[in-house]
Amino acid sequence: MSADTHASHGHDHHGHGDEHAHGSFRSYMTGFILSVILTAIPFYLVMNGTIENNTITSLVIMAFAAVQIIVHMVYFLHMSPRSEGGWTLMALLFTVIIVVITLSGSLWVMYHLNTNMMPAHSMSELP
Amino acid sequence: MSVMTQMDSAEAPVFYEVDEHPHPEGASTALGFWIYLMSDCLIFAILFACFGVLGGNYAAGPSPKDLFDLKDVATETGFLLLSSITCGFAMLAVAEGKAGKTQAWLVVTALFGLGFLGYELTEFAHLIHEGATPQRSAFLSSFFTLVGTHGLHVTFGIIWMATMMVQVARHGLIPANVRRLNCFSMFWHFLDVIWIGVFTFVYLMGMLR
Repeated sequence: MSADTHASHGHDHHGHGDEHAHGSFRSYMTGFILSVILTAIPFYLVMNGTIENNTITSLVIMAFAAVQIIVHMVYFLHMSPRSEGGWTLMALLFTVIIVVITLSGSLWVMYHLNTNMMPAHSMSELP
Repeated sequence: MSVMTQMDSAEAPVFYEVDEHPHPEGASTALGFWIYLMSDCLIFAILFACFGVLGGNYAAGPSPKDLFDLKDVATETGFLLLSSITCGFAMLAVAEGKAGKTQAWLVVTALFGLGFLGYELTEFAHLIHEGATPQRSAFLSSFFTLVGTHGLHVTFGIIWMATMMVQVARHGLIPANVRRLNCFSMFWHFLDVIWIGVFTFVYLMGMLR
């Protein structure tokens, strides 16, 4: 990867520079309208209880949140495989992996601990 | 002599660049700031994990259904989203090189940010007034820690915005200020991304528990 960035240096001076991906009015508005829609639908679903099953509602609103995070990353934070020669995307992917491990690991372990420890009387029943 | 010529033809001299080539000032700021944001993201990940683990432990106290008003949360979310887009407009004004327009959009962004904070503090005051303090249950401890940390970030974002308004007023849109404003916009948009997680996992899923 560093070879890429350095190779691109010779040709254009912007390779590393101060340049920052700028959005356009259009891209900001697209991002804004998409995120308003993606925020409004989960709120509507929960406030009106449109879907009977709570588990399905949870999964649906989590999916909306995931899509909205991607929308924000692309339209507001100008995330692209090209920005900073790909390093920002690498840092983001690394963070996402750590976050997924932390969250799923904690929830998984603690859920099992809870279910195994729950009955308060189980200790007194031990021989 | 023959050895020399043989060596020349066999392997052309290869030069390695030992000294680093000059980097323009602030060239790596955007990447460095991004890495800071990623570390901040890990802080929030851990707070989310805590909330995920402790969020159901009410200690016979109030549950999310008793405490949260989704209409207020929706308004709060709207404020933060609007501040995100106006921050984007400020950055467009920066790209155009218009200092006055930048200042105006920064003021609007700060006002929406203050509106968000106002709603959040009112909610906290209301909860504490009802006895739902951080000491009440593990759910409330983790709730106040997670949402409070986000609110603290927004507070510092507003302070940063005020600082940048003074900087732009005094020095105009010089390269250093443009760089700082770019970092600020990344920070502000990042806070909005975290808020997506907060309203989804804390408020909406809290109501479904």
